[in-house]
Amino acid sequence: MTLPPPCIILATVTQPTLFASVQWTVTRLTAHLRQVIESDPALQDVWVRGELSNVSRPASGHLYFTLKDAGASLRGVMWKVNTSRLKLPLRDGMEVEAHGKIGIYEVGGQYQLYADALRPVGEGALYAEFLRLKSMLEAEGLFDSSRKREIPQLPKRIGIVTSATGAALRDMLNTLRRRLPIADVILAPSPVQGADAPPALVAALQNLNRIQPDVILIARGGGSIEDLWAFNNERVVRAVAASDAPVISGVGHETDFTLTDFASDLRAPTPTAAAELATPVTLFDLASAMSDLGQRAEIAMVNLLERGRVELSDIESRLKFYSPARRLQSERQRADEWSRRLVAAPAHRLALEAEKVAGLGKRLVALSPFEVLARGYAVVTRPADGSLIRSVGQVNPKEEIEVRVSDGKFGAEVKRKA
Amino acid sequence: MAKTPKPVESLNYEEAMAELETVVAALEEGNQKLDEAMTLFERGQLLMKRCAELLEAAELKVRQISGDELTAFEEEE
Repeated sequence: MTLPPPCIILATVTQPTLFASVQWTVTRLTAHLRQVIESDPALQDVWVRGELSNVSRPASGHLYFTLKDAGASLRGVMWKVNTSRLKLPLRDGMEVEAHGKIGIYEVGGQYQLYADALRPVGEGALYAEFLRLKSMLEAEGLFDSSRKREIPQLPKRIGIVTSATGAALRDMLNTLRRRLPIADVILAPSPVQGADAPPALVAALQNLNRIQPDVILIARGGGSIEDLWAFNNERVVRAVAASDAPVISGVGHETDFTLTDFASDLRAPTPTAAAELATPVTLFDLASAMSDLGQRAEIAMVNLLERGRVELSDIESRLKFYSPARRLQSERQRADEWSRRLVAAPAHRLALEAEKVAGLGKRLVALSPFEVLARGYAVVTRPADGSLIRSVGQVNPKEEIEVRVSDGKFGAEVKRKA
Repeated sequence: MAKTPKPVESLNYEEAMAELETVVAALEEGNQKLDEAMTLFERGQLLMKRCAELLEAAELKVRQISGDELTAFEEEE
């Protein structure tokens, strides 16, 4: 048996190189780790189960928590944008399943879960309670559409149930001020989260109903589901349903649904939207309705005056028709007519006579012997008695006769009988 | 319309608007004598002026209720 040579064992131990040059900065090392983790697909899409602890939600709205089990713990964060999808209030001790990706928070030197979804293992007791209450109230008919009251078009008095200090109130008042500043607003302030909220909300609704507003807005700004939980309280939901005045709910964001929303007469996605729905008719509408009325009045008046004018001119023309002046004129016209006819009558007759005379004249002329003489004929007479000689037998030779031609007469002697 | 109408200054917006609507409807009906119509029209103009004043001057009135008590509400800036 031989002993191993001394010193050989030493060679298998890695000695830190005490004076070697530094290869990493913290930042570069962390960045490298981050890259290793982020390039592993299995770590970028994980479901992990554990018990919630250290739940905190600072003003930023992001949700911080730790998931743990008997053997380890995992820090987690959920950005505000994802928290609105939470269906349940989160509490320490709750068993949850979280989904997200593992990443490195370099400043803190920590790896953590960047969660985008978080759900209770199975059905959390609270969620079960929510569903139980919902189906019970539904079965009672509390959410029936037949129970919904109409929202008035032009409310004079608007009741608001919300926190006196929240952004929701400011949003609603700004909206109402912009849309319908002639309205009268009554605020019934109430805490909107925490253990005090449900009884205070119920009292606020009851106080408001005593002064008979035209409509009530019940609202709170966005928050996590646990922030909105008071609006799932049975007493609150029943008080909303029992309100005499119609209720518009505007709780949380678009994606949030509470039992108060189901019981209200109209559900608005946000407080601002609730204020808008409460004022369907705005100041602008009122002003334009008014100017429409003014125009209608003017048109009516113009029509009235025009009708008056037409009636007047009608009467005027009738008056003229029956006026003495007009009768005088018409009498004068008749007189003129008669006188014209009177004058015309003899003239007419005269013309007829003249025509007759002219006709006779022509006939006379035609018969005149002088006309015949002018054509070269002559009239022969016996001078002794002036009788006409018409035949040869009436004369003897040597007998004196008288011959008349067109321009006079002369004596002549019959020479012989032919 | 009442024989002796209220002075328009005493009317609130709803009252003035309601009367204005009645006046315009009556004018459109056109059953009045001309002088009555003129009176109505003048009344309508006064009512319109009143409504316009009320709308222009409107400022949201906010009060708060606690118990049965109504008090002024001071908004935070």
